[in-house]
Amino acid sequence: MKAYAGKILHVNLTSGQSRTEDLDEKTAKLYLGGMGLGINLLMEHSKPGKDAFDPDNPLIYCTGPLSGTLGLAGNGYVVVSKSPSTGCVGEGQVQSFFGSELKRAGYDAVVIKGKLAHLSYLWIDDNQVQIRDAQHLMGCTVREVEQAIRNEVGDFSIRVSGIGVAGEKLCRFATIISDGHYAVGRAGLGAVMGSKNLKAIAVRGTHDVNVADLESFTSFVKTRYERVKNLQTNKYQPLVSKSLLELNSLSAVAVKNWSNTFFEGVEKLGFEYLNDRYVKRVVGCATCGLNCNSIAVVPDGSFKGEMAQFDFDCLLSLGSLCGVDCFDVLVKAVCLVNDYGFDCLSVGAVVAFAMDLYEQGILTSKQTGAIADGEGVDLRFGNGDALLYLIDKIGKRDDWLGNVLAEGVVRAAETFGGEALKYACHVKGLELPGYDLRTLKTAALSFSVMFSGDRRLRSGAELLDVNGVFSCPKTENKPGVDRTLVEVSHRYNVLDSLIICKLTSEVYTWQDLADYYFFATGIPVTEEELKQVGERIENLARLFNILEGKGTRNYDDLPYKLKNCPVSVKGSKKNVFVSDDELQLGLDDYYATCGWTADGIPTPDRLKQLGLGSLSYISESAIAAARAQQEEN
Amino acid sequence: MATRPQDRKFIVSNPEKCSGCSICEYVCSMANEKTFNPNKSRIRVINRGLLTNMAVACRKCEDPVCVASCPKNALSQEKSTGIIRVNEHACTGCGWCIGACSFGALNLHPEKKIVYTCNSCTDTNSKGEPQCIAWCTEGALQYVTAETLAQKARQKIVTQLLETRETSKEKTENKQ
Repeated sequence: MKAYAGKILHVNLTSGQSRTEDLDEKTAKLYLGGMGLGINLLMEHSKPGKDAFDPDNPLIYCTGPLSGTLGLAGNGYVVVSKSPSTGCVGEGQVQSFFGSELKRAGYDAVVIKGKLAHLSYLWIDDNQVQIRDAQHLMGCTVREVEQAIRNEVGDFSIRVSGIGVAGEKLCRFATIISDGHYAVGRAGLGAVMGSKNLKAIAVRGTHDVNVADLESFTSFVKTRYERVKNLQTNKYQPLVSKSLLELNSLSAVAVKNWSNTFFEGVEKLGFEYLNDRYVKRVVGCATCGLNCNSIAVVPDGSFKGEMAQFDFDCLLSLGSLCGVDCFDVLVKAVCLVNDYGFDCLSVGAVVAFAMDLYEQGILTSKQTGAIADGEGVDLRFGNGDALLYLIDKIGKRDDWLGNVLAEGVVRAAETFGGEALKYACHVKGLELPGYDLRTLKTAALSFSVMFSGDRRLRSGAELLDVNGVFSCPKTENKPGVDRTLVEVSHRYNVLDSLIICKLTSEVYTWQDLADYYFFATGIPVTEEELKQVGERIENLARLFNILEGKGTRNYDDLPYKLKNCPVSVKGSKKNVFVSDDELQLGLDDYYATCGWTADGIPTPDRLKQLGLGSLSYISESAIAAARAQQEEN
Repeated sequence: MATRPQDRKFIVSNPEKCSGCSICEYVCSMANEKTFNPNKSRIRVINRGLLTNMAVACRKCEDPVCVASCPKNALSQEKSTGIIRVNEHACTGCGWCIGACSFGALNLHPEKKIVYTCNSCTDTNSKGEPQCIAWCTEGALQYVTAETLAQKARQKIVTQLLETRETSKEKTENKQ
């Protein structure tokens, strides 16, 4: 079994003990690595019903079979844990140098359980594992932590993955950041790390990573590097592309906390202007030829010199959702988000939610915190200062409002009471990204069933709408939608398990992925087997959620606003929304295609076919419980 | 084959183009060591922040201080190419040459415990076409002589100066 390190590291923070376990070829082939392996380990080591902040909740780092090789954008890692925002599977993937370093240290996965007595960091130096004091790093940004640990260890090539203040303070949408600014997605994984008093993991790996067939592997990769340059890569360069304008013309940009779909400020964020004025460089991630990271620098004004790696999703979540169209402010906001260690998408949605409540009069100026002159902060949409103020407050959690908002929109809405919950836009408790799903109806269905809440990159379904695969907006259910959606989500599971960046995924067919895996690992796999891996992971995650009491139909839902408040669509007189009937119709089809019951529970038969027969007791008891419920009604 | 010192080519990295992705490190270890391990690369990338990245490899100096500093005479410079050759039997891995090189272009091999440096891929299947350059997706790496570097620098600066002059001239003409 080449390309894999063949070892899983278990660390118990409470006792300070660590041990390794072999990764067998069978498990490797069933779950590939990355997210698949992570969810499998989560299933094995997590206890149902335990809180995400319980020391027993495992925090799992996984590398993929391609991590540490020359594979195109292959140097990623995945973090999996029970999410503190959803209580479901929480996972995040990132392309960064940390993943390959961890592989070279000799691990396919690191399973971290327990809790440290005080803030510390984990130092993994090949086979040496050490817990080191990090109390002096409390309150530091991940970049500062990286620098400090490098100085301590005396090696400037080590890699660090850690949390900022948001993670330390258990903000439920804190993220994990590596290499200074690469964030590990969503679902509040940084808070899980914080709950363990773990500030960071530092790694030095010196071992070789060998592939099974070096020549075939290299020539395969070489052609992918060439092909990726021929992609329409422009669309992935947020600040130099027309994406925002295009999305806006489709009425698919969520504006002011999903109040409408047309962003007046869009011209101020036009790509030509941003490109001319702000974009200093466009760079790529670790071993990737597809350059998609725009580095924006504010050239003058009060934020002169602020520099951030800017992402399209940030433009939507911090910009259009909050109604802020001043890019200087947005760059500063991204800097703050990065320093505190937030999930940028959630923080934008949370601020927009607070602004909405303020405009609706649910949040009063008395509650929004006093500033110098005694007046409350003006939280109206479009106020850039308010955006920065709130990010700061949420990160520090040092006043009532910041503290409440740091719990995410659902928990905050419960605290605010009244109608507040109607303005919370989330799926399974995770804030939505800045797309308007009322006009992207295929995506709406897909978002509602995703096991990890609403993660955009989990489904890729919005591309089907935007690219016109399905007519947009779609008013009635169309045959074939469910099949395509299910296939896309399975494919994405495989990509996250091999850890291949989805922006480059267009250069691989299913057969390519099978070849790629074979050249790397020497384990033969067919196209069909790979597809089954995708389905296996989907079902496994679903079972995990069922065990947590959150995996059934009731939880596959969309927020109130999307289901009840119609928005206008450009070029059409009709106002659209996703009616509950529409959603239920879609779910019926989706479940049927997956081989799930009408309650969204995987059937024992299907589980057996997928090699998950040993877990069919979960579905059997869930089916029985659902039946009992129906009889009661 | 080049014979004159001024024809010696070495690898330079353009910091304005280098994205710090480290593909070159992986390619180098692949071509020379048949494995993937940046710790065995002859070219090393330095990431200094979002905007500043650069790769460093042997400059094939005219009067190489590494060779002069070796107490065991294990290092020698190939006349025709400028490549620093290491006598594997004589090298003790003391690291004196590593400290002497201003570029950090020599490294201690983690397993062989002797020093190694860029050989322009002459020992690989590619027969002297440096593989890092063949793979760099940014066009940030070049295989050039000192003379080419100087020429390019001169051309660049003169073009810039002339352009500035032209535009300022246009501006004055427009005003009139």
